Amino acid sequence: MSHLAVPKTYKLYVGGAFARSESGRTYEVLSRKGAFLANAALASRKDARDAVVAARAALAGWSAASGYNRGQVLYRIAELLEGRRNQFIDEVVSTEGATKAAAGKQVDTAIDAWVWYAGWADKYVQVAGNGNPVAGPYFNISTPESTGVVAIVAPQASASLLGLVSVLAPVIVSGNTAVVIANQSAPLTAISLGEVLATSDVPAGVANILTGSPAEIAPWLAAHADVNGLDLAGAGGLDWVALMVSAAETLKRVLAPEEGIPAPSLERIVAFTETKTVWHTKSLR
Amino acid sequence: MNATEHAAAHTALAPAERALDLIGSDLTETTLRLHLEGLSGVDAAGLEQRAAGLATRSIKTTSKALALDTIIRLIDLTTLEGADTPGKVHSLVAKAMNPDATDATVPRVAAVCVYGDMVPYAVEALGAAGTESQRHEGIQVAAVATAFPSGRASLAVKLADTSEAVAAGADEIDMVIDRGAFLSGRYGLVFEQIVAVKEACRRPDGSYAHLKVILETGELATYDNVRRASWLAILAGADFIKTSTGKVSPAATLPVTLLMLEVVRDWHRLTGERIGVKPAGGIRSSKDAIRYLVTVAETVGEEWLKPELFRFGASSLLNDVLLQRQKLTTGRYSGADYVTMD
Repeated sequence: MSHLAVPKTYKLYVGGAFARSESGRTYEVLSRKGAFLANAALASRKDARDAVVAARAALAGWSAASGYNRGQVLYRIAELLEGRRNQFIDEVVSTEGATKAAAGKQVDTAIDAWVWYAGWADKYVQVAGNGNPVAGPYFNISTPESTGVVAIVAPQASASLLGLVSVLAPVIVSGNTAVVIANQSAPLTAISLGEVLATSDVPAGVANILTGSPAEIAPWLAAHADVNGLDLAGAGGLDWVALMVSAAETLKRVLAPEEGIPAPSLERIVAFTETKTVWHTKSLR
Repeated sequence: MNATEHAAAHTALAPAERALDLIGSDLTETTLRLHLEGLSGVDAAGLEQRAAGLATRSIKTTSKALALDTIIRLIDLTTLEGADTPGKVHSLVAKAMNPDATDATVPRVAAVCVYGDMVPYAVEALGAAGTESQRHEGIQVAAVATAFPSGRASLAVKLADTSEAVAAGADEIDMVIDRGAFLSGRYGLVFEQIVAVKEACRRPDGSYAHLKVILETGELATYDNVRRASWLAILAGADFIKTSTGKVSPAATLPVTLLMLEVVRDWHRLTGERIGVKPAGGIRSSKDAIRYLVTVAETVGEEWLKPELFRFGASSLLNDVLLQRQKLTTGRYSGADYVTMD
C-alpha cells in the first residue's frame, strides 16, 4: 500500500500548548536552495503579549522550585532531545543546508549544553552568592535569585537549535521564565524543541517559543512593562540600541547582541538574577 | 395542601405598589404564583446563542478607550472577605477615588461595596467625596446585608442587618433572596421579605437607600427561574436586580445577564420605569466587561450605561481595565507592577 506523506503543521509554543498565531498568519520556511519545507506561524504582538501572560503565570511555581528539582527537569530535556536526535538532525539538514555530520555535531552540542546548565542549577547560587564580611555579631549573606520574565531574541545567523538552547537554558535554569523569538529563517527546530519541552516535566509557560519576525515582535517585548529582562543575543541585525532604550524605560536587565552562538557560561546565568542580601544573628547573649 | 397552608396562600401579601398595580388588589401568594408561572418559558438555546453572538463584536481603539472609561464608572469596587479590616476598606476607598495613581484622568468608580460592619469606615474614608451634595458625581457606599451571602437567618436578623447599615450611612443595600424558599415555590415568603427589607432601607428623612436584590442565579438552576425571580424582585420593589453574590460558582454569566436585561426591558415597556442590573462575580477581564456593555446597549439601549442603571460587581476587574487603559495611553503593554495590589 502506498503512503501519503503527512506534513507537520508548525505552530507557536505558548503556555504549554501549541497554538496558531491569533492573527492567523503564516510564512513559508524554505531550504537553503529555496525549496518549500513547511509553513510556520508568523507570531503577532498579541501572541507575544499572550506569551508574557503565560510566562508570568508560570513564574511563581518555577522560581520556587528547588535548584535540584530544576536541574532534574533540565537534564530530562537533554534525555528527550537525545531520543529524538535523528528528527532534529533531519530538520537542521533541511533548513540550514548543513551536512549530516555537521548537523549531528550541532544537535549533540545542544544536548551537552542542556546537561551543562542542568549541572549548574543547584550550584550557581553557591558560586555567585557570597558570605559578606561585616563588622557585627551577625552573618550577612548575598544570594542570587531569578529576575522574572525574560524576553529573548535567539541567534539568527546559524545553528538554529544550538542557538536557541544556548540562550534559553541559562535563562530558565535559575528560575526565570522565558519568551523566545526563534531563528526566523530556520524555525522548525525551535517548535520541535517545544515538543520536547512539553513532554519533559517543564511546567507550562516556563518556556514560550514564538516563530516569526524579530523586527516585528522584539520592540513590543522590549517595551512590555511586565517583562523583567531582555536578552538581545540574536538582535545584531535589528535596531538593538532602540530596543535597549525602550527596555530602559521599564528598568529591564539587558544583554547586548553577540556574534555567533553564545558559549555556555556562568555569566549568562548570573546575568538574569537579582542579588538578595539577608542577615542573621550569630548568637544571642 | 393542608388547611393552614391553604389559608396562607390566600392571605394578602404586603402591599407593594408595583405588584398591586400589575396584579391587582387581590395580591396573594396564589395570584403572585399565577403571574410568575404564567411568564413564558425561556428558550435556553436561543438565549445562549444570542449571548454568544453579542460576545463576538470587535471593539477597537477609540471605542475601546470609551468602553474602558465607561467600565470604570460602572464598577462597584468590592471587598467581601472574612479577613476585611478597616485598613483594607480605607485602601479600597483610596483606590475607588483615584484608581490609577499614575494617571489623574482615570474616572472614579461608581461605588464601594463592603460588609455592613465596614460601612462606617468606608463613609469616613470617603469624606466629602461621599456626601449628599455630591451624590451624583460622588462615590456611593453599598453594603451587603440580610445575612449575605447565604441569606439563612430570621427576618428580624435580616432587617436589623439592613437598618444598621443604612443608619451607618450606606447609600445602597445589596440583599440576598431566600433561595431555599424560592426553589421550593414559596414565592410569597420571598416577596414579603424583599418588601420588608425595602422598608428597612427607609431613612429617618423618608428617603430610601437603593435596594439591589441578589438572585444568586448560580443556585436557581434554570433560566425560567431566573426570569421568575427577576420579576418577583422587581414587583416587590427592587431598584436593581443583581446576578450573584460572587461566593457561588457559576457567578455572573452573559446569558443570565442578558435574560435579566430582557426582563428589565419588558418592565420598562410595560410601566416606563427603569430598573438597574448588576452582574457580579467572575468578570475579571476588560474583554469580558466590554461584552457586557455590548449586551446592555443592544438589549435595553445605551441610556442604561450609567451608574444609576448598570453596575459591575467586581474586585480584580478594575486592575485589568487599568492595564488596558495604560496600554492605550502609553502604546506599550503594561504589567501588574504598575497597578496597586488589592
